[in-house]
Formats: sequence, structure tokens, C-alpha cells
Amino acid sequence: MDFVSFGWALAGGVMIGAAAALLLALNGKIAGVSGILGGLVAPRRGDVAWRALFVVGLLAGGLVAFVVAPERFDASGAPALPLVAIAGVLVGVGTRIGNGCTSGHGVCGISRLAPRSIVATLAFMLTGALTVLVVRSLGGA
Amino acid sequence: MDAGTKRGLVALASGALFAIGLVVSGMTQPANVIGFLDVTGDWRPALMFVMVGAIAVNAAVYRWVRGRRAPVLAETFSLPTQRDLDARLIAGAAIFGVGWGLGGYCPGPGVTALASGSLEAVVFVGSMVAAMWVVARIEKR
Repeated sequence: MDFVSFGWALAGGVMIGAAAALLLALNGKIAGVSGILGGLVAPRRGDVAWRALFVVGLLAGGLVAFVVAPERFDASGAPALPLVAIAGVLVGVGTRIGNGCTSGHGVCGISRLAPRSIVATLAFMLTGALTVLVVRSLGGA
Repeated sequence: MDAGTKRGLVALASGALFAIGLVVSGMTQPANVIGFLDVTGDWRPALMFVMVGAIAVNAAVYRWVRGRRAPVLAETFSLPTQRDLDARLIAGAAIFGVGWGLGGYCPGPGVTALASGSLEAVVFVGSMVAAMWVVARIEKR
């Protein structure tokens, strides 16, 4: 077993949890990335700036990380670009219909023991695993 | 500094820390995500610890938050109010899971990976945001 990657996963998770906790305790907002983006594509007056700044923060943090460790952005595990585009559409539609993604439901919702988030997380974990199984059995990426 | 500026800086810092956490944990490499979802194949369970770390920190802070009337810098907490475990929630989460398993990106890592300039991230986020916009347009009618 690769204990190094377990350690990195845990450390990264603690940072993600701290980031979400910061936004909740100080600003009272949920750090669900799909929800934050959803509020930018359908903007409501007075509810745009913090969302835009969070996204700018994501990009800035990504840029710093890219300078330090570019190998952590290796996209070679992704499928061919047309499939990536289909994946993007499914993620966009699914997260808006289901009101959340891995961060909103998986991290923030489960932390609040919200039944909707627990059910949603089980659902997307299940279909995610099934999708990988099907893609692999078809001999794809 | 007024409260609005402070809230903006918090959103920016939260986004940046969130992104760095995603990169540290390995979520910005689709191969890691697909390996994590490949439970019946060559399973790579490390990413489970992202959730463990994030939920541990966020849940501890949420306990503190629950005892407060308002967040530190804002008037109210904006927490989800929906309670029903309906077909919409499950269908949306299921669709999201298919896209997640197919592409290996969820919304946070996708946006963060834009900083690397990878074509995969650009295509993923572009199609995701376009799909979110279409869903918002349809629902507005």
C-alpha cells in the first residue's frame, strides 16, 4: 500500500475542510463548488461578488500549486476530449439538478449530517464506480 | 476595513486554500479519481482520506457554528433548507456520478486545473458551465 498518497490525501482533505469551515464560520456560506458556479451562471443581485472571489481563489491557489508541483495536474488519466466534454455536460446538468457535488454534498453536507447529502453522495459514488466499471470493461480509458 | 471587504477576502482565501487542498490530495489528477472509483478493479482507496480529513475538520467547526446565531462577518448563515429525498436529488446525483467517473473531474478540481492550462480542464469546465447555464435557463421559464 502507498502510505505516502494516503498521507497526502488526508493532508489535502484537512485543507479542504479548513477552507470550507472558514467560509462557513466567517461568511456563513457553504463551500459547494457546483453551487457557487451555479450562482454565477444565474446571478442574483448582491450574491455574485463572494462567488466570483471564491472562484478567483480557486484559480490563484491552482496557479501557485501548478508552479510548485506541475505533475499534480497530469491529465493523462482523462479520456479523449470528446468524452471529457460529455463528462462536463453530465457533471453540469447533474450537479444543478441534484443541488451539489463532491464538495457541497460530500464534504459540507455530510459534515452537517444532512440526509439529502448522504443520499446524494451514495448515489454519485455508486454511479461513478459503475461508470468506471463499464468504461474499463469496454476497454476504454 | 468594512465587513464586505473582509467577507471578500475570506472568500478569496477559502477558494485558494480549497484549491491547494485539492492539489495536495491528488484530486486534480483524473487517474487518481478514476482509480478511486475503480472499486472492482485496481482500487486505489487513498482518496477516501480526502473525505475523512475534510469532514473531520468541517464537522468540528460546524458543531461550533450551530451554537451561534450568526457567522462572524455576516448577518445570517446561508444553509440549505430543503429536506425531501426526492427523485430529482437522486437523479441529479446519479447523472453527476456518471460524468465524474467518465472524466475523472468534479467541479472543484476541474476549475482548479484550469490554472495548469490543460486542454482537458478547459474542455471539461467549458462544457460543465455551459450545461449549468442551459439548466438555469430552462428552469427559469
